[in-house]
Amino acid sequence: MQEVILAVEGVSLRFGGVRALTDVSFEVRRGEVFSIIGPNGAGKTSMVNCISGRYRPTEGRISFDGQDITRLPPSRRAPLGIGRTFQNLALFGHMTVLDNIMVGRHHLLKSGFLRGMVYWLGGAQTEEIAHRREVEDIIDFLEIQHIRKEPAGTLSYGLRKRVELARAIALKPRLILLDEPMAGMNLEEKEDMARFILELNQEWGMTVLMIEHDMGVVMDISSRVMVLDFGKKIADGTPDEVLAHPQVRRAYLGEDLDESVEAAA
Amino acid sequence: MEWALLLQLVLNGLIVGALYGVVAMSFVLIYKASQVVNFAQGEFMLIGAWVCWWLLTKWQLPFWIGFPVCLAFMTIFGVIVQVVVLRPLIGEPVISVIMATVGLSIFFQALMKWMFGVFAQPFPPIFPAERLSLFGLQIQSVYLLSLALSAVIMLGFWWFFTFSKHGLAMRATAFDQQVAQSLGVSVPKVFAMSWAISAVVSAVAGVVVGVVSGVSSGLSFYGIKVFPAVILGGLDSIVGGMLGGLIVGVLENLAQYVDAQWLNWGNMTNIAPFYALVLILLIKPYGLFGTKNIERV
Repeated sequence: MQEVILAVEGVSLRFGGVRALTDVSFEVRRGEVFSIIGPNGAGKTSMVNCISGRYRPTEGRISFDGQDITRLPPSRRAPLGIGRTFQNLALFGHMTVLDNIMVGRHHLLKSGFLRGMVYWLGGAQTEEIAHRREVEDIIDFLEIQHIRKEPAGTLSYGLRKRVELARAIALKPRLILLDEPMAGMNLEEKEDMARFILELNQEWGMTVLMIEHDMGVVMDISSRVMVLDFGKKIADGTPDEVLAHPQVRRAYLGEDLDESVEAAA
Repeated sequence: MEWALLLQLVLNGLIVGALYGVVAMSFVLIYKASQVVNFAQGEFMLIGAWVCWWLLTKWQLPFWIGFPVCLAFMTIFGVIVQVVVLRPLIGEPVISVIMATVGLSIFFQALMKWMFGVFAQPFPPIFPAERLSLFGLQIQSVYLLSLALSAVIMLGFWWFFTFSKHGLAMRATAFDQQVAQSLGVSVPKVFAMSWAISAVVSAVAGVVVGVVSGVSSGLSFYGIKVFPAVILGGLDSIVGGMLGGLIVGVLENLAQYVDAQWLNWGNMTNIAPFYALVLILLIKPYGLFGTKNIERV
C-alpha cells in the first residue's frame, strides 16, 4: 500500500446549529487521484475548505505528510505543498494571466523588498529567470501560451478554469485540491481538463483531490472515490466498489426513492 | 490679465497638487489593500512632521539623518496602528472601522497638541537658498524637493506594484483575500505592510508641508483635502489618486485667481474642489479611474 499523504480523522464542522460535516475520516495516498462525490449540500466543498484552511474543523484532526495542520492558517499551508482551485472562478480579473500565475509563486520568491531594490546587484535577476522558466513550462503544459498577456477577466470560461489551474500548479504543490474543475464545461473542454489532471498526476507527480459532479469523468480518472451525504461519509473505495455500494445508490442515484415509488404504486 | 501670476498659480497648484496626490496615493493604498477608509491620514502627516521637527530641533540632527530616522519611526508606527487598532476590527462592520479611524484622528490630533503645543513651529532652514528663480517664476527650493520626492514616490509605487513580490501579493489580496491566502500570501502581513508604507509616504508629505509653512495641527487639514482628490480619481485607483490630487491642487489655485480677479467672494480656494467633485461624480459616478461594480442579476 502506498504512503498516506493526507489523513483526515474524525472531522466535524458546525456552523451554529448546522452540521456541515459529521465525523468524516479518510486518507489520501501519495500519487493517487482521489475524488469526493455526493449530492449538492453534502459538505464536499466544506471538506476541501477544512483541508485548505479556510474553515477550521470544530472537531477532528487533519494531517498532511505526518504534520498536524488542523490549526495552521491557510497562508502557511501553501508553502507546505497544498494548492487549490475554487468552485466559483477566483482569478484576479485585472491582472494578466502571467501575473496571476506569478502570484502563485509568492512563497517561492525569496527576494524580499530590499533584495528586490538592488535587483541588478543581487541574485534577484537569476532567480526571476528561473521562475519565469518554470512558469513558462506550466503555460506550455496547459496550452495557454496565446493568452499569457491578456487580462484574466476577459477570457472565456474554459480558459479561465485553465488559468486557475495553472496558478495552483505554480505553487508546486504536492497535493492539489480541485473544486469542480469541470463544472460548466462542454465535452471538449472536459476532455482536455481530464487529460491535464491525469498528466499532472502521472508526469508531474502531484496527488490530486477532486470534487466533481460528472460521474463519467470521476469513474474514469479516479483511483479512489469517497461519497458524502448530509455531511457524513457513506462509502469510499475504488470507483467500482463505490458504485456497487447500496447506500450510495440510494443517496446519490436515488434508487431507493424509485423503488419506494414503485412499491407504493 | 496677469499671465505671469496665472502661470505662477498653476505651477503652485501642480506642486501642492503633487503633495495632495502623494497623500491620496497612500490613502488609496490602505483602502485597496484592507478596505479601510482612513480618516486619520492627515494625522499621519502631522505626526511625521512633528517627529521630524522634534529630531531636527531638539536633537539637532542634520536633515539627512533626522529625515530617515523619522521615516523609520513611521514604518513602525504604521504597523503598530494596524496591529493594535485595525486588526481586531477585521470582519466588523465598515462603520465601526470608520469610527475607529475617526477616533484615531481625534486622538492623535489631541496628543500632538499636548506634546508639541498649539502654535506653529518653523522648521530649521534646510536649504541654503530659500527661493529659486526658474524661467522668471519664483519657486521655493523645498517645493522643488517636494516635486522630486513626489515623482520618486510615484515611480516607487509603480515599481512596487508591477515588479515586486509583495506588490503582487498586495494586488492579489486587494482582489480576493481568500484566494490570496490559498496561494500562500499572509493577509495580516500585507495589511501591516500597506499601513506602514502609507504612514511613511504621508510623513514625507507632512515634512515637506512643515518645512514650507511650519508644523501645526492645521497641517492635518490636508487629510480632508485628500477626500475630493481620492474620490475624483476613483477610490481604488492609485494613479487616479495622484491625478485627483493634481486636479484639486490646480483647481484651488485657479479658483483663487478667478476669485481675486473678478468675483471677490473670498474663500473660493477651499470650496472649488468640492464643486468640481460634485460635477465629476454626476458624470462619472465611480470617479475618473475607479472600478465599476456592475452587478449582474
